[in-house]
Amino acid sequence: MSTLVLAEHDNVDLKDATLATITAATQLGGDVHVLVAGSGCGSVAEAAAKVAGVAKVLVADDAAYGAALPENLAPLIAGLMAGYDAFVAPATSRGKNVAPRVAAALDVAQISEILSVEGPDTFTRPIYAGNAIATVKSSDAKKVITVRGTAFAKAATSGGSASVEAVSGAGSAGTSSFVGAELTKSARPELTAAKIIVSGGRALGSSDKFHEYIDPLADKLGAAVGASRAAVDAGYAPNDYQVGQTGKIVAPELYVAVGISGAIQHLAGMKDSKIIVAINKDEEAPIFQVADVGLVGDLFTLVPELTGKL
Amino acid sequence: MKVLVPVKRVVDYNVKVRVKSDNTGVELANIKMSMNPFDEIAVEEAIRLKEKGIATEVVVVSVGVQQCTETLRTALAMGADRGILVQTDVTTESLAVAKVLAGIVAEEAPGLVILGKQAIDDDANQTGQMLAGLLGWAQGTFASKLDPQGETVNVTREIDGGLETVALKMPAIVTTDLRLNEPRYASLPNIMKAKSKPIANKTPADYGVDMTPRLTTLKVTEPAKRQAGIKVKSVDELVAKLKEMGAVA
Ligand SMILES: Cc1cc2nc3c(=O)[nH]c(=O)nc-3n(C[C@H](O)[C@H](O)[C@H](O)COP(=O)(O)OP(=O)(O)OC[C@H]3O[C@@H](n4cnc5c(N)ncnc54)[C@H](O)[C@@H]3O)c2cc1C
Ligand SMILES: Cc1cc2nc3c(=O)[nH]c(=O)nc-3n(C[C@H](O)[C@H](O)[C@H](O)COP(=O)(O)OP(=O)(O)OC[C@H]3O[C@@H](n4cnc5c(N)ncnc54)[C@H](O)[C@@H]3O)c2cc1C
Repeated sequence: MSTLVLAEHDNVDLKDATLATITAATQLGGDVHVLVAGSGCGSVAEAAAKVAGVAKVLVADDAAYGAALPENLAPLIAGLMAGYDAFVAPATSRGKNVAPRVAAALDVAQISEILSVEGPDTFTRPIYAGNAIATVKSSDAKKVITVRGTAFAKAATSGGSASVEAVSGAGSAGTSSFVGAELTKSARPELTAAKIIVSGGRALGSSDKFHEYIDPLADKLGAAVGASRAAVDAGYAPNDYQVGQTGKIVAPELYVAVGISGAIQHLAGMKDSKIIVAINKDEEAPIFQVADVGLVGDLFTLVPELTGKL
Repeated sequence: MKVLVPVKRVVDYNVKVRVKSDNTGVELANIKMSMNPFDEIAVEEAIRLKEKGIATEVVVVSVGVQQCTETLRTALAMGADRGILVQTDVTTESLAVAKVLAGIVAEEAPGLVILGKQAIDDDANQTGQMLAGLLGWAQGTFASKLDPQGETVNVTREIDGGLETVALKMPAIVTTDLRLNEPRYASLPNIMKAKSKPIANKTPADYGVDMTPRLTTLKVTEPAKRQAGIKVKSVDELVAKLKEMGAVA
């Protein structure tokens, strides 16, 4: 048994999502190798080699892999899979983009967003917005799996001493190119890695008010900022702030939901948080059914007061 | 250019599903079924491309049970031109659906296939990428903007850190995210008109696809339930409680 893990990175740093994925891969049993595909990504390979539990790091350093275009990455990975029994990727936008394409190339099903490894071919995964957990068994010879980062502990970033080996693939498939990116700039912690999250909903009413009320509370708590779909759709917050079934899945130590009703789709993304606090003027709001501590009232007076008293 | 839009029949997004007491699945009897919301967005985008004169025909396809015809009719009422029902009673796994869609693509030769990014029942988020892989086409997943320019289409994608734009050679695959558009409601006259639009009946065998599932569901269970906590009356109480729980210093 040997497993190939796709490293999540930006050509400079190895991202935390990789660490939870390595833990899941370790639970499959057998050797764990990590693929760092990118452009000028030597520092990522070095970091990956130090992660506990990794036996080998494969580096595919090529301009064609710099932007992680799935058209170029999938053939590289499918080619390498001749030597592996399983391919495991984090369920990030990148992992979700490329893994199914690898599965198609290998003619196997993909098991999406696993929550646990029950055996070498048996896994649990959420369905219906996390309202049910399915235990599924794969009959495919090779497995293609994506991993929900919040469900697995992070592998240690030190203690490993993996060998590093260069690999190459066909490079560019010539069907796609990277045009540009508009990344949200923030000095705050990343949403999926944050210990504390303050999320705002439709109730904030405008982008200005969102910043005026949510930001100071987040700053006081050293928290990341999240949002409901309604707040993102209305342009109060950028798309990558969306928490939920179809946004980001988070499980911080503390989640503060401000002016969020608690729709099934929102709960799907945050109900595994350790402590949930809800501030909402409607005492019947469904968010209170999952909140450890609820405060009923007007956010526009309560949030500044809370910020002041923390 | 023809645009192909696969639409899936799923449990309506407003329904909170319950796990069956024998743990074999979720309760689906007498539950409201609707078109997957991301597929409504896909149909809307295809119709807009037709209204702009970029697309010439919008073909919708659904793979599944006979009742998927209703889902196709909904798409036709929104403005799609014709439908294809690929009927099967077998659990539809993404890979098999992608293979059926690849067969339809071979017959229909669309310039774009627009799918939903995920179906809200299984949340698999795979079918579009698998189809792209099978065809060797470029893919623009999680699209919030779609801009066809001659032989290429620029797709703006919602990614973890923000937005990214890629240029794809056509024909190409696009999967929709929430911000791509706001789907229209079908008007009554259009619902009536949709009744006479053609729906072709096919089976997976017509495309040489074996639907046998690769995954077996051993059981379906309820997730750990959260207990509702307490309500506090003031900010002071909230702060005290948070300190007591060790949530803040
Ligand atoms: C396919 C699909 C996918 C979806 N995916 C997601 C997802 O990933 N994430 C997500 O969040 N949603 C998602 N949704 C949307 C979801 O169904 C809800 O519409 C959304 O979460 C509602 O956002 P909200 O709670 O901010 O707004 P609302 O439901 O409008 O709630 C606003 C709340 O603010 C309270 N309020 C108003 N004024 C004040 C005030 N002054 N002080 C205090 N409280 C106040 C109200 O009582 C209310 O409870 C999805 C929907 C669909 C169909
Ligand atoms: C409990 C349980 C667990 C399961 N677990 C898995 C699993 O882990 N992996 C797996 O591959 N399958 C699984 N399945 C199979 C499952 O039935 C799904 O149908 C399959 O994953 C299809 O994926 P999706 O529709 O969720 O695809 P997604 O990739 O989420 O769907 C994306 C888009 O593809 C198109 N599409 C998908 N299906 C159809 C269709 N039938 N007709 C027309 N268009 C369609 C739509 O445009 C849709 O928006 C499971 C089934 C059950 C009951």
